[in-house]
Amino acid sequence: MIETLLEPFAYAFFVKGVVVATMAGALCGLVGVYVVLRGMSYIGHGLSHAIFGGFAASSVIGLNYVLGAGIWGFASALAINRVARAHRIGADAAIGVITTASFALGVALLTVFGNRGPSFDAALFGSIIGISTADVWTLAAVSALTLGVVLTRYRALLFATFDPEVADVSGVRVARTDALLMLVLSLAILATLSVIGVTLVAATLVIPAVVARMLTHRFATMLWLSSAIGALCGLVGMNLSYHLDVPSGTTIVLTGATVFGVVLAATGGRGLQRAPRAAVL
Amino acid sequence: MGVVPLDGARSRSLLRLDSVDVAYDGAPVLRGVDLDLRQGDFVGVVGPSGAGKTTLLRLALGTLHPSAGEVGRARGLRVGYVPQLETVSWTFPVTVAECVLMVRSERWLPWSTRAERQRVGEVLERLGIAHLADRHIRELSGGQQQRMFLARALLREPQLLLLDEPTSGIDVATRHEMLHLLGHLHDEGTTILLTTHDLNGVAAHVPELVALHGTVVHRGRPQEVMTPAVLERTFGAPMEVLEHLGMPVVLDRKRAEAT
Repeated sequence: MIETLLEPFAYAFFVKGVVVATMAGALCGLVGVYVVLRGMSYIGHGLSHAIFGGFAASSVIGLNYVLGAGIWGFASALAINRVARAHRIGADAAIGVITTASFALGVALLTVFGNRGPSFDAALFGSIIGISTADVWTLAAVSALTLGVVLTRYRALLFATFDPEVADVSGVRVARTDALLMLVLSLAILATLSVIGVTLVAATLVIPAVVARMLTHRFATMLWLSSAIGALCGLVGMNLSYHLDVPSGTTIVLTGATVFGVVLAATGGRGLQRAPRAAVL
Repeated sequence: MGVVPLDGARSRSLLRLDSVDVAYDGAPVLRGVDLDLRQGDFVGVVGPSGAGKTTLLRLALGTLHPSAGEVGRARGLRVGYVPQLETVSWTFPVTVAECVLMVRSERWLPWSTRAERQRVGEVLERLGIAHLADRHIRELSGGQQQRMFLARALLREPQLLLLDEPTSGIDVATRHEMLHLLGHLHDEGTTILLTTHDLNGVAAHVPELVALHGTVVHRGRPQEVMTPAVLERTFGAPMEVLEHLGMPVVLDRKRAEAT
């Protein structure tokens, strides 16, 4: 049994895959806290699809796909955030248009011109064998940057997430803080795309944060707990991917979904329930 | 039109609105509003729903710009803001102490200093909720939630305190406590502007009222504003005003006649 479990660790590509999946899970878990608390779960989903458009366009014109998709993703994220804050034309509809159009463009470009970067399936669902050393370093750099942003802009990010209007009049540059978060979110999605895939990355942003929310009512605790749950799902999911021979994104998300189900059953969804107005004394 | 700093001879003026118009999508909300808020004022803005009370506060906060007229604000004015409880996401995972500390956002690192913890403790103690510092915000009663946001506003040591409907969602005794507390802050030199549609609640505690209905109908002491003529122009319904212990008490005339 143990031999079977340890067997894949003899392969360098698998060790690389496990390291990346664990790091990617932790990164998405960390960023996902802000995504979930801002009610932006759909934006995470849409953004990953928008980034796919940039990935395809970069592949076609021969640009470094990390750079191209990164710029494309950040621009989409800013547009999405602007729409989401404005509330005037229905943020969900606008996000749906921007991101699905970008995704469709990506599919069309790859179909017509062919693909010179990572494979189509790997981009959609993630792959163990598609992970390069450059992917590992990119992910490590994005993780370090994200951790740095969360640590040094902790209160501004928290305040702008909890109550942007009051934060704005209390000295927080909310627009700049939002842009910084969108940058980090785009980079996180981009860096984890190779292992988790476009179609499933939103779940790795949402599930760990939602599970953490059920387990704590402290923001600081939620941050590290969500990161830890994300890392655990990445580790377990990658091992399952090898043994079951299915795409890594799929097993990572299914692991997360199982953890979600267990915690939901154990806590009754505490923390997720809509609050009735507090009782009057 | 726009926002201008106040200085020079008008330095005692913390906030001034000159002929301010505000419209949302072409629909006018405020028309020709003039309001001068001076250091030491304690003003309650009363009016029906849709009268423009929250819009007026947003102008004061600077989160909304007028479509016509001018909003002047004293240079370097420190503003504390207590939002309506209805606008808050109560499932958000923060404790009372975390919520209060948010306002010290200029600090780059997440953990608080000893001086910050001490200051938060002092403010919470003063407002009588120090024992709730580690509780989740959803576990508080309406009155405690109001005091938590007041603590957050006070941590900025504001010169001007703005409160949006601080008496809604709380019972009579808690409302009395809240307004009494605001009276103490005013006595200590804080300028206060609050909105409410609770006429009888503010009459006994707030020295000056502004009746608002798209424009300023009347400004003066409660006895001057709470008259049948002013209230009917403001609320669009006849109201009976009685005097009890020297303070005006407003009754709905139809209900009064029915009983």
